[in-house]
Amino acid sequence: MAHRMNVLVCSGASCISNNSLKVKEALLAEIERLDLKREIKVIETGCMGPCQLGPVLLVYPDETLYKKVQVADVREIVEQHFLKGRPVERLMYKSPLTDELVHKSRDVDYFKKQYKIVLANCGSIDPESLDEYIAVGGYEALGKALTEMNPDSVLDEIKISGLRGRGGGGFPTHLKWMFTKNEKSKEKYVICNADEGDPGAFMDRSVIEGDPHTLIEGMAIAGYVVGASKGYIYVRAEYPLAIERLEKAIAQAKETGFLGENIFQTDFSFDLEVRVGAGAFVCGEETALIHSIEGKRGTPRPRPPYPSASGVWGKPTVLNNVETYANVRHIILNGGAWMAKIGTETSKGTKVFALSGTIKNTGLAEVPMGTTIRELIYDIGGGAPEGHEIKAVQLGGPSGGCVTPEYFDTPIDYESLTALGAMMGSGGVIAMDETACMVNTAKFFLDFTCFESCGKCVPCRVGLKQMYGILDKITKGEGEEEDIEALETLGKTIKATALCGLGQTAPNPVLSTIKFFRHEYEEHIFEKKCRALVCKDLISYEINKDACKACTLCAQKCPVDAIKGERGVVHEIQQEKCISCGNCYDVCPFGAVMRLSGEN
Amino acid sequence: MEALKIHIPDNEQYRELGAYIESVRNMPGPLINVLHKAQGIFGYLPMEVQAFISRELDIPLSTVYGVVTFYNFFSMTPRGKYVINVCMGTACYVKGAGKVVDYFKDELKVGEGETTEDNLFTLTTARCFGACGLAPVLMVNEDVYGHVDRKKVTEILKKYRSLG
Ligand SMILES: Cc1cc2nc3c(=O)[nH]c(=O)nc-3n(C[C@H](O)[C@H](O)[C@H](O)COP(=O)(O)O)c2cc1C
Ligand code: SF4
Ligand code: SF4
Ligand code: FES
Repeated sequence: MAHRMNVLVCSGASCISNNSLKVKEALLAEIERLDLKREIKVIETGCMGPCQLGPVLLVYPDETLYKKVQVADVREIVEQHFLKGRPVERLMYKSPLTDELVHKSRDVDYFKKQYKIVLANCGSIDPESLDEYIAVGGYEALGKALTEMNPDSVLDEIKISGLRGRGGGGFPTHLKWMFTKNEKSKEKYVICNADEGDPGAFMDRSVIEGDPHTLIEGMAIAGYVVGASKGYIYVRAEYPLAIERLEKAIAQAKETGFLGENIFQTDFSFDLEVRVGAGAFVCGEETALIHSIEGKRGTPRPRPPYPSASGVWGKPTVLNNVETYANVRHIILNGGAWMAKIGTETSKGTKVFALSGTIKNTGLAEVPMGTTIRELIYDIGGGAPEGHEIKAVQLGGPSGGCVTPEYFDTPIDYESLTALGAMMGSGGVIAMDETACMVNTAKFFLDFTCFESCGKCVPCRVGLKQMYGILDKITKGEGEEEDIEALETLGKTIKATALCGLGQTAPNPVLSTIKFFRHEYEEHIFEKKCRALVCKDLISYEINKDACKACTLCAQKCPVDAIKGERGVVHEIQQEKCISCGNCYDVCPFGAVMRLSGEN
Repeated sequence: MEALKIHIPDNEQYRELGAYIESVRNMPGPLINVLHKAQGIFGYLPMEVQAFISRELDIPLSTVYGVVTFYNFFSMTPRGKYVINVCMGTACYVKGAGKVVDYFKDELKVGEGETTEDNLFTLTTARCFGACGLAPVLMVNEDVYGHVDRKKVTEILKKYRSLG
């Protein structure tokens, strides 16, 4: 039975933590109260993308996008909009450029430059309903592959599409599949890497939570091509909702016959199992991931042999990222040539980016390859918040590097980003403004990689620690002239000698910040100055005599009694006692406490 | 390390774990699944539990121990009733997650990885929950909180303290 209206409630992780499920309950209660149940359907969807606006509601067929909806708003929406047909303007999205109401979701700036293939169903169907997936063409690609095509012709389409791995490396997918297909073995496997280790990336999570069947379908097609009858999806433990939805989707697919024996009455059989990670970044590396599936410590091993020859349980294995598999059904349905038309010479199709950091619109955005960094962070991301300016974006997480504004017109593809010293990586884009210290940021990444190093090889285990030590010294104001060179030399050596991708890329954030922000390093070393006012040991606090109203608040909050003064007497910080904790700066109601660096 | 010398009590928890192990006995490479289950039942993985798993799966205790210590998710010390997990991923870091950790240290008087004396809270950090759009983010057990500042830290602690 068709409903007059469909109300999509975003239940991505961000919206849930902003109470979207309570909003949904309130909607259902209101609809029940007004007896609209037969007319209006409420659907819980995966992440719609514009997390900054959450909780988000999308009303069809009107295409009205409501932002920041709270339980208290629900009654008005139901009564005014659903019942009387008058959308509630105060909750609708306004264009930040023109300040005008946007009546159709597709006209929202955030969506305008996007091109959705991978995320097409995320936020538009109920991820827990197989029927809805089928209604939008779900499992048609699998059916077509199994009944109208053979493994070679499927492989051809993948090749024509130009699809490359979305997990970081950008390796051509058809080659991986072909290598595995050509191995002679009765037992082969298909693995999905859903470990999503780059902190700052959350597209894989959103695809699984918002559209789990797309992943299942892509993996089954891969199984058909290479001749595998079993697959594993390795999901990180931090994503309980993704695990739950995936388990549910697999059960549905088995029940309906899209997984299991003799799929589509052919002699192809395929089964999937979810394996849950246990919190180790290095397990995103393919050989470590395979060890982890086998129940072992997740340490990488040298390649070759590649997983295509010897993967899980020593058998030929295809291993791809979530987003890679999510492209597959679209290629089969539309043909490889369709996808090859989108993108740049070397990089085809789209890429999903996760925008975060000091940027107005945080969330997920899918754009065609070849979109410029500027379009991504200004047209879609809205740029920095008022009064701030983006000084760099970090691409590729702890393996990547930063890009500065003079390169923002670079079209995004695998090669161009690598040439800049950054990396496509998994698609995490973190914007940083003048409040970020680049030396400290580099130190942050090294802290991460040092902690996550599996310890198997010396360059990574010992070398990264040394680099960290030097950075730590610099941020503490103890840096010496030769430190920058030492960092560069160490970095290059580690890159050349570490065993796996973790060590080989870990120095990148340091090398790239030295390249673009050498002056910040030099200021820390020679002037003992941190311009972003982040490095605690380089900051001093002083009270502006003219602004101090002698309220005594700062003196009360100072943990070491460094502040002299009493009511009516202007306060003063005794520098020899001050430990730069910043409490006084935080509490002064008159902004009289000044944070300074490198002034003496 | 000799597994069998550790005395293992016969109680409800061990019976539940034992039954789970039976159900995965034919699955290849079950150790990590079993450890997840065990941590779910016991809250942590003391030597005794590891010895039980070692015996039941017929895997050397040193191997079990090696796996437990490799993965950050597994803990060998008991945790508080509420585990406060502050995200230190890049997006959260850029938005001041370090300060959030300091606020908790300040208010709870514990360091990272430590548990308060009343066993109510354990303070830990993690790398990205995939909710970066809300940075800085933290989780208390399974609940996610976004845009956390000093005020919110106080509110969160108050809420869980009142729940007891
Ligand atoms: C330290 C390290 C971490 C990685 N983390 C991930 C990850 O979280 N997700 C992912 O898909 N690939 C990750 N990779 C890349 C994988 O090793 C592998 O190349 C990829 O999953 C292959 O899939 P694709 O060809 O579809 O990109 C990581 C690599 C390294 C060296
Ligand atoms: S490079 Fe680092 S993570 Fe990779 S094998 Fe060596 S020690 Fe382990
Ligand atoms: S920064 Fe901290 S220690 Fe220094 S004066 Fe202010 S409150 Fe006291
Ligand atoms: S970096 Fe904190 S949730 Fe992703």
